[in-house]
Order: sequence, then C-alpha cells, then structure tokens
Amino acid sequence: MTVRGESAGHQWVDDHAGPVVRPYAVTRGRARPVTGTFDLISLVTATRADVSAEIGLGPEHVAIVGLCQRRQSVAEIAAHLDLPVGAIRVLLGDLVARNLVQVREPRTSAGLPDNSVFEAVINGLRAL
Amino acid sequence: MDYGPSERPAGATPLPTAIKILVAGGFGVGKTTMVGAVSETRPLRTEEVLTESGVGIDDLSGVESKSTTTVAMDFGRITISDDLVLYLFGTPGQDRFWFVWDELALGAIGAVVLADTRRLADCFPSIDYFEGRGTPFVVAVNCFEGAKQYRLDEVQAALNLDSGVPVLLCDARQRESSKEVLITLLEHAMKSRDARRVAD
Repeated sequence: MTVRGESAGHQWVDDHAGPVVRPYAVTRGRARPVTGTFDLISLVTATRADVSAEIGLGPEHVAIVGLCQRRQSVAEIAAHLDLPVGAIRVLLGDLVARNLVQVREPRTSAGLPDNSVFEAVINGLRAL
Repeated sequence: MDYGPSERPAGATPLPTAIKILVAGGFGVGKTTMVGAVSETRPLRTEEVLTESGVGIDDLSGVESKSTTTVAMDFGRITISDDLVLYLFGTPGQDRFWFVWDELALGAIGAVVLADTRRLADCFPSIDYFEGRGTPFVVAVNCFEGAKQYRLDEVQAALNLDSGVPVLLCDARQRESSKEVLITLLEHAMKSRDARRVAD
C-alpha cells in the first residue's frame, strides 16, 4: 500500500480501529513528564522555528514544536495531534527540559481574575 | 499564582493569559453545539485516558487493559486579544467522571449549566456540583423546538436555585444567543466575587 497522505491510510485503518501507534509507544513507555504539570489551558510557545535536526526527538515532538509556532494550549495540542493529554504532557516535559518550548501556566489557585480581565473578555465577546 | 512577574520591561506586551469557562448539562442538551456556536473554529476534541481508580490521569501504563477508560472533552477557543484567550470546555456527561470535572473546574472562572425543560432533572448533578464547589454559574434553558415553554421563574423554582443565580433562555445554535449567555455568566461571576469579598 502506498502511504501518501492520510487518505490512503484511512482506507485501511479507521477511527474505530484505534491509533496505529499506541500512546505509550509515543512516550516510550513513560507515564509522567520529566518536568512540569501542564494544565489543559497552559499556553505553549515554541522557542525555535525548526527542531527536526535535534537528536533524540520523535516525530511527535517535532510536530508539537511546529504547531506551537503559534501559541497553543495543551488541550489544543492534544486535539491536533490526536493523542491523549497524558501523552502530550510527557512530550511537553521533554521539550521544556531542552528549552524548546516556553509554557505559561494559568492561574488556578488565587481565585477569580481581576475586573480588567473580566471586562476585556466581556468587551471581546460583544465585539465578536 | 498570578501571571506577570514584574521583571518584564515597561512597555512590553502583557504576558498571555488563558481562562476557561465550562459548559455543563445532561447528555444531548447542546453543550458541544454551544461551544461551536461561539468558538472561532469548529469544536476540538481532546481525550484523557483514565485508570479505574481515577488516580494518575497521566498513567498510560495500562492503556490496553480493561481498567482504563477514555473520556472525551469537546472544547473551543475564542481569542480575545493577543494576550488573552478564552477556552470553553464541554464537560463529559457521565457522573462517574467527576474527577475529570475536578481538573476542569480548577481555575475555571465560571460555568454555564444548559437545561432542557423536557428533561430538567438531567442538569441537577451539574448544579449540585458547581454549588458545592462555589463556582459561579448561570442556568441557560436551551429552547428546543416543540418543547413546552416555561417562564423563567418556574424553571428557577423547579431547580430550587438561589435567587441570585441567573436563569435565561437561549438557543445554543445561535452565536448571538450563546454570547449573551457567556456575558451574563461573566457579569454574574464578577458580582459574586465582589459579594464574597464584602462578606470576608
């Protein structure tokens, strides 16, 4: 079978068949990231334009860096790569350890944000 | 924890902030529809692989055994500005996924509980959950065609809500209507936070 593009693959493996590569294979069996916690809405930005020449990274690492040229949340990365969030956290831990991405954690403990944030969101929604 | 350690130079753009709002309610009530109506892209789907114990959401070691479950969450993004992004998360419907709700609710600025007057009881667990956590929420009655229309005070009484909780009608398919629900929630969240500050 020729493997050119996704459409060819989909003839043979549909969503119900599950992923071709299991998530634990993508993370090389690791269940937890080497560093970081990574909330679903932590924002990730790549620090480099291209990391395909880096040694020791898998294709998913490279894909994350490519995706995060524009700032993305952890949830978005997981959705775009079609991998469970747990696997994405492991991969992000690797990238943080190599300083290839920057992560901005959201506020989670200090209660609600101040009025300026609320007002900005309300105005932004009205302008949609 | 707050954003913006002050070491950045004056005049630099503020650091990016992400905030989230949850959209909860019973199965088939229109959660993903509402997320899609206001988001800038079609709703995305993300999955958590869970072990039966519910501990260690990241634990992938038993992915192929029967004791794991996949919980899917639909979500959408609204970019308010370069440094402010709003995420809307539809909560997984099944009650046994409460621990996923705990992760979602952490840091959420509020929640929309979608209700269908034909199956009002379906939204009780969501209301109980947010009341228990102290998360500000509004109840939005999704107006399905063919459903009997009730007055808002009837819905409020049937749900046994505090009088302060906003109840409004909406059409989750309509962007304008869903925007109004979110704006009502944000105003309510601001008010309830101020009220809590006064009480302290």
